[in-house]
Amino acid sequence: MNGAHDLGGMHGFGPVPDKADDHPHPEWYNRAMAITVVMAAWGRWNIDASRRAREDLHPAQYLRYGYYERWVDALERLMLETGLVTEEELRTSEPQGQPLTPPVNADGARGMLRRGGPTERDVATTPRFRVGDRVLTGNDHPFGHTRLPRYARGRTGVVLRHHGGHVLPDTNAHFLGENPEHLYTVQFLARDLWGNDAQEGDTVMLDLWESYLHAQ
Amino acid sequence: MGDDHHHHDHSHVPPEPALRVQALESLLTRKGLVDPGALEAIIETYSNEVGPRNGARVVAHSWVDPDYRQWLLDDATAAIAHLGYQGRQGEHMVALENTDQVHNLVVCTLCSCYPWTVLGIPPTWYKSEAYRARAVREPRAVLEEFGVHLDDNTEVRLWDSTAEIRYLVIPQRPAGTEGWSEEALADLVTRDSMVGAGVARRPDDVGGAA
Repeated sequence: MNGAHDLGGMHGFGPVPDKADDHPHPEWYNRAMAITVVMAAWGRWNIDASRRAREDLHPAQYLRYGYYERWVDALERLMLETGLVTEEELRTSEPQGQPLTPPVNADGARGMLRRGGPTERDVATTPRFRVGDRVLTGNDHPFGHTRLPRYARGRTGVVLRHHGGHVLPDTNAHFLGENPEHLYTVQFLARDLWGNDAQEGDTVMLDLWESYLHAQ
Repeated sequence: MGDDHHHHDHSHVPPEPALRVQALESLLTRKGLVDPGALEAIIETYSNEVGPRNGARVVAHSWVDPDYRQWLLDDATAAIAHLGYQGRQGEHMVALENTDQVHNLVVCTLCSCYPWTVLGIPPTWYKSEAYRARAVREPRAVLEEFGVHLDDNTEVRLWDSTAEIRYLVIPQRPAGTEGWSEEALADLVTRDSMVGAGVARRPDDVGGAA
């Protein structure tokens, strides 16, 4: 979706902030991160759906929010969407009904972090592209979640690497299945993306699914 | 938070984030959706166990062991797991080698994808709108802000982490570190240098020879 999250190339944000990173973070950052990570243990959504929920914010709200506020807002909406909490519970902070049993304790949470969530999957089809092939990215503007940023649509690049099959975020984010596809790293000339202000010879790499690409 | 506040109507100003998170944590633990011990385990892990020290050990090992370096470049996931680092946001790793000819820099323009297993939780600057917007369009200007001055002949390779592949930059080993122990070398490897937004410290930066 063409949301405020698709920031690549935007002007106006000024210098990169906090480069020294030399002051302590508020404790609620940790709490927000940990709540978000551990709630995934219910298995009601996936990482693509989490990203989709953050992108669904109104563009003005996306930019107004701090990083972890986006996470918390998205988490609340995912919990509502999947029936883990009600509007009233969120409004009042008072749980209704009998207490549930959390899916993971401390050891279970450590196990989640250790295992992670690999996205590599077998794909029955042979890869359509080989390393060195020229490819053209689609100029598509889907209403839903996608991982092809606006700045790289309708551009020509060269396949640098094939990563095997990976879960397709475009469908997984909407609970429409994993639909794994071949994933490639595609190299673009910076000048083909940004014009002559870019340095000649500099390049930009993106990881792109096969359905984002056309043979050139 | 006001009684008339409605969480999901964004025409209202949201509550102060610390209070919002506190209220949410309280609700989730009392409802039995979250075990408080699980939260502590996660915070503890990323505060004390999983952070840039992991990546620094990987880099230092690659500096002293050419076979390991080659393995890291060929199959970073396996080579990094060999040192004990694997899991969430490090499931599929690729290592990128910085040289005099090529400088790699990593960004995630769409969100904040970052190799947690070797670098921990991303710093604020990596998640900032400014970095996400600018690194991909003007990496050299961004690098200058970080104090990294590149020769025009050095090619910048900018990696936008659009899938679940996570990138670890291997900075160049500083001159004057021949014979250093892996542990002393790891002290030279900064977090920023493993994103490409910095270079490794020089011996002078850490008080000379080790």
